[in-house]
Amino acid sequence: MENLLEIKNLHATIDGKEILKGINLTVKAGEVHAIMGPNGSGKSTLSNVLVGHPAYTVTEGEVYYKGKNLLELSPEDRSHEGLFLSFQYPVEIPGVSITNFMRAAINAKRQYLEQEPMNATEFLKMMREKRALVNLDSKLANRSVNEGFSGGEKKRNEIFQMAMLEPTLSILDETDSGLDIDALRIVAEGVNKLKREDTSSLVITHYQRLLDYIKPDIVHVLYNGKIVKSAGPELVMELEERGYDWIKNENQQ
Amino acid sequence: MSHEQEYIEIFGQNRALIEKPCAALLNAARAGAADRFAAMGFPGAKSEDWLHSNVAKRFATDYGMNLGRVEVKADMHTIFTCDVPNLKTRQAYIVNDTFKDGENSKELPEGVILAGLNEAAEKFPTLLQPYYNTLASEGDNIAQFNTMFAQDGVLLYIPRNTIIEETIQIVALLQANVEMLSNRRLLIILEENSKASLLICDHSSMEKQTLSTQVMEIFLARGADLDLYELEETAHNNCRLGHVYVRQMADSRFNHSNITLTNGFTRNYLNVSLEGRGAEANVNGLAIGDKSQHIDNHTLVDHKTGNCTSNELYKYILDEQSTGVFAGKMLIRPDAQQTVSQQTNRNLCLTSDAHMYAQPQLEIYADDVKCSHGSTVGQLDENALFYMQQRGIPADEARHLLMYAFAGEVIDNIKIEALRDRLHMLVEKRLRGDLNHCKGCALCK
Repeated sequence: MENLLEIKNLHATIDGKEILKGINLTVKAGEVHAIMGPNGSGKSTLSNVLVGHPAYTVTEGEVYYKGKNLLELSPEDRSHEGLFLSFQYPVEIPGVSITNFMRAAINAKRQYLEQEPMNATEFLKMMREKRALVNLDSKLANRSVNEGFSGGEKKRNEIFQMAMLEPTLSILDETDSGLDIDALRIVAEGVNKLKREDTSSLVITHYQRLLDYIKPDIVHVLYNGKIVKSAGPELVMELEERGYDWIKNENQQ
Repeated sequence: MSHEQEYIEIFGQNRALIEKPCAALLNAARAGAADRFAAMGFPGAKSEDWLHSNVAKRFATDYGMNLGRVEVKADMHTIFTCDVPNLKTRQAYIVNDTFKDGENSKELPEGVILAGLNEAAEKFPTLLQPYYNTLASEGDNIAQFNTMFAQDGVLLYIPRNTIIEETIQIVALLQANVEMLSNRRLLIILEENSKASLLICDHSSMEKQTLSTQVMEIFLARGADLDLYELEETAHNNCRLGHVYVRQMADSRFNHSNITLTNGFTRNYLNVSLEGRGAEANVNGLAIGDKSQHIDNHTLVDHKTGNCTSNELYKYILDEQSTGVFAGKMLIRPDAQQTVSQQTNRNLCLTSDAHMYAQPQLEIYADDVKCSHGSTVGQLDENALFYMQQRGIPADEARHLLMYAFAGEVIDNIKIEALRDRLHMLVEKRLRGDLNHCKGCALCK
């Protein structure tokens, strides 16, 4: 299988403080990777660095995505190349309707791929189909992006956008946080329906419960800016039973 | 000699010339205004109200004034061919300060007068007498200056129980081949339970320096309802000093939007006096500035009696070296119990060279009121920008979408759908830099 994402010895800082201290990770096409770890271990930093958040500086290492040097691409071009981040805290954008927002996003991507803009009928049909996938109310689609949405609605809106943009690599950053069990199921089912043989996911989470729905192929534990353990899905159960202390202890020696 | 002294002399020397073509009503107000102007002068640098807008400097140019009423030829149809889709308007023009009725204009309902102010003051002196200069006489130096020199403008009179369905559009333009100062005067009277909407487009695209003072006095009787939209699209060498005075009686409604798309130096003053119970005033402003544009909006919403409502929303988007000033005062007088009043002022400074001076003021002397105000100055939300970029929207496009959304809140308060759609488009063009200077009436193209 082809390597979709290759991270080699990645170091990154924010405000001069080193958070990532040498990450090595390879994701092949079609794989689901879970990244777990205690608070402050660098999970969100990793996802932000991958999508090019300007607050973070890469100080060392390389990232290849579909064989391209990812770190040289602008955030929008990373998106056009098929990288998607479901934000832990989706941002409210007053005055910009979801419809206009998605139209701008889809047409920018099509322009990048040298395709014609999508016509209105086609676009609205696509909106309807993808909304149904995550039970997103049609009334919400006319509202401003995330403005006044509940926690569950925000996360469903993230997965809806993921459905619209059809990414190759989706990063789900604590998509389970703030969700009750029903919302979690809807979101996870949405993610599973979008799964194709050639698409991959990085699922970042603290807990087992999301991974009950989205089955990972490989589970990594991130601690203190490094991946300290990688194993099969059985690691999830072990972490759920034993917590993270044993990992911290192992890595302090 | 100071600039005010120059103008006092011009007034003294040309009094006969100024008064000769004018109605007695206009002339009767001049002496008092001249005395008050002489006492006040132009605002000094230490005047709190004019701290950030040095207006005396604006009068330093040696302007021509068309006091002898030389007719200015203006072929309106070559300048403006107005065919705004779905916006049916009844048009009139003010060229410099002279009223010209639109050609092919439809009849207005019986009793409605839309005419040149001077002509109307000759024909209907007793009708105008109780109104003319009754609000502006209390006004500041610029209002007095305007009263001294005003020779024409517009009268709009709407009798009781009369509703004008189509929007009245007044296109004001400046035309001359020398530096020019003109003084426009508008008088708008809505009798009981009448209703109208008025759009005033202020244009200039001259190569010479221009200055216009404009004083508008508006009287809304019981139950009257006026939508007033002012749109400025002038050029960098224009100075606009616009004053609007409104007196509202019981259950009247005033809905105002003042939009500055392009300009040079602008100072707008709005004074809304709520004098009858149940009156409602909604005042909105949007200013988009770049280069060295200067946009100053001073507003006073004066709750003189109880049970009135006011809503105020002013927004600025300032790019490059532009300057914005907002001073909005809500005055709730002792008798104004049960007032509901709200003021919001939001400002975006896109560069570190853009300056915004915001001064929201709330003065409450009644104890049973519901009032709030808020003012912010900031940049575009970085988190929102990044979120949009992650979804593939290029950074520039994301900025446009955010600015457009920011401005949209003001535009959405416009009640006339066709005008609202048109303004959405104009604002979008303006924000994309496609509308940097006036090329005739952009509403009409």
